[in-house]
Amino acid sequence: MLLQIKNLHVAIEGKEIIKGIDLIVNEGEVHAIMGPNGTGKSTLASVIAGREDYEVTEGEIIYKGKNLLEMPIEQRAREGIFLSFQYPVEIPGVSMANFMRTALNDIRRYKGLEPLSGSEFLLKMEEKKQLVEIQSQLTNRSVNEGFSGGEKKKNEIFQMAMLEPTLAILDETDSGLDIDALRIVANGVNKLRRPDNAFIVITHYQRLLEYVTPDFVHVLFDGRIVKSGKKELALELEEKGYEWIKKEVSAL
Amino acid sequence: MEILNQSFIDTSFWEEIFSQHRSIITQYDTPWITQMRLDALEKFSSLGIPDQSHERWKNTDIRKLLTKGWTFQFKPPEKPVKVEDFFLCEVQGFDTLLITLFNGWYTYKNAPLRILPDGTVIGSLRAALVEAPEIIENYLGQKADFSQNAFASLCAAFASEGFFIYVPDGVQLQKPIQMVNVVNYSEPLLMQTRNLIIAGKGSSLQLLHCDDSNNNEAAFTNSLTEIYVGEGATVDYYKLQNINDHSVIEHNAYIYQEKQSLCNTYSINLHGGLIRNETYNYLAGRHSEGNHFGLYLMDKNQQADNLIFVDIAATDCMSYALFKGVLDDYAHGVFNGHILVRKDSQHTQAYQSNRNILLTDKALVNTKPFLEIYADDVKCSHGATVGQLDKDAMFYLRSRGIDQDNARLLLMYAFAAEVLNRINIPALKDRLDDLVKKRLRGELSICDQCVLHCKSPEKPVVFDIDLSKI
Repeated sequence: MLLQIKNLHVAIEGKEIIKGIDLIVNEGEVHAIMGPNGTGKSTLASVIAGREDYEVTEGEIIYKGKNLLEMPIEQRAREGIFLSFQYPVEIPGVSMANFMRTALNDIRRYKGLEPLSGSEFLLKMEEKKQLVEIQSQLTNRSVNEGFSGGEKKKNEIFQMAMLEPTLAILDETDSGLDIDALRIVANGVNKLRRPDNAFIVITHYQRLLEYVTPDFVHVLFDGRIVKSGKKELALELEEKGYEWIKKEVSAL
Repeated sequence: MEILNQSFIDTSFWEEIFSQHRSIITQYDTPWITQMRLDALEKFSSLGIPDQSHERWKNTDIRKLLTKGWTFQFKPPEKPVKVEDFFLCEVQGFDTLLITLFNGWYTYKNAPLRILPDGTVIGSLRAALVEAPEIIENYLGQKADFSQNAFASLCAAFASEGFFIYVPDGVQLQKPIQMVNVVNYSEPLLMQTRNLIIAGKGSSLQLLHCDDSNNNEAAFTNSLTEIYVGEGATVDYYKLQNINDHSVIEHNAYIYQEKQSLCNTYSINLHGGLIRNETYNYLAGRHSEGNHFGLYLMDKNQQADNLIFVDIAATDCMSYALFKGVLDDYAHGVFNGHILVRKDSQHTQAYQSNRNILLTDKALVNTKPFLEIYADDVKCSHGATVGQLDKDAMFYLRSRGIDQDNARLLLMYAFAAEVLNRINIPALKDRLDDLVKKRLRGELSICDQCVLHCKSPEKPVVFDIDLSKI
């Protein structure tokens, strides 16, 4: 068991957003979390990654047998958690090369490994760029600055490829992508799937799931997982729309 | 030489000092220059040393610093100082024409004035007063109105030495000229130096002006630089100020621009007790452009105070100013920006921005960008920010496994880089990049060598962060 979320309640500025979530993710699995806007999908992703604006009022998250909520943000990343941001942050003046090299070497130091040499690093960068079909010269560009929407999302997958996480959370990585970019992002994810890692794919639409086949689909509504199933659930949702879920929930 | 104190803020004290030393101060003067000194002294006496009731001195107490007591050195040193005793140019790919002042006096290997094959003249202002009084009289104090500026007037009265640069019409200087003021004196020394830079029609000139402490003794430098930018000429003026915590720089720059000229100034304040730069940029001719960039990285009780006054007196002019500061501990940053667009200066485009990061709640910034517009067809704006490091960016960096301290360093460096990226000399940009990185890591202290001419230069810093060094 890689990740276990138990009865998680999360509030922001006193307002409860997540109202009791239970979820188990094992190595080798892809979980899709779907649901209408404003139901807590991104909040869940942010809480796992460690964003500090949120208050966990109840419940716990166990990751690799450890209490995740006690770990600082960077330690979670060093333990293999990766969040692909819905809105990647532009950081003018920090080059992609400095950014990635600092990240990789900080992670390596945590693991007791020697830092990568300059040439090893550049080689790795080139290799991973190809994975997400990034043609442009990334090295000297500032992080996400002046990137198009699609480039930003590809850049998230590129970073994921560089850092080789154990648990990757893709927060609406598909939103705003044209079909080519979507295919590239999905290919990237598929190439990075391994028996010893796992993905949580948060999405509003079913279309990414045509390319990245989930093992499980969960529907998040009003801060709770109201329905879980296999990949067929995504198709059903697409067909019937979220109104169907809303009706089912209110009927309970 | 005696050390004085309280009297330093009395105008009568300065008048007395002047009359006591008049024969030395005016030794090389033409009658015209002497008259100019007397006029300036009179101006100074009527203005007095500014106190904090002056709008432009509200946030800086210069009187307190003056009353610490200072000594003077009115005569040049008996033995000429050898530049090589202090400097050895080790900055790779950065070949400059170097001229130096040591404790306010010109030092040189050969002649006090060098005439290059293209007709460019560089050297000592004192020598130029003797050799080329007609050029001096055409420019010195002629293009700058500092009648309301007490320190500039004081400097004009007293200064007998400084840098002189004359670039003839049409000459494009290939090498930057580097003017270095080094201070190394056994007592707290007050120096007044005056620089005159003339860039002829269509010429281009890159200037680097460094102020460096060579020991840990206090020094007070009051200097006045006049830059004349001829029609269609381009001047880049880099000020790099790196002095010890006890020292003060009060620098006034007056820049006069003819039509279609371009002047970029850069003020990089890395270290110093008080660094105050006043830049007065007069855009006299159409289609001229004056841009001003600044970066101050201060900690402990250091203070950086930058004032930019851009007077736009012609149509179709442009001016852009960007000043950024990172302030740690109890450090204090002051920014005063003032753009004056005169009535007929239509189609002006002017923008001023001052952005600050405070790393502690004891650090302080006073910022005041100000627009004064009398023309009706202009595009002008200004803005100022004071804040902490961007929380979202911090989260993004840390979410990739980057240590909190390293994330802060990356963001601070990125913040500073916006200014550094404006530097037009690649080798200088690289060197300043290294210095800024070291400064942000807390590794740059005032070494006893000039930062650009270390006798034992350290290896260039590569920015792959080593946690053990933080």
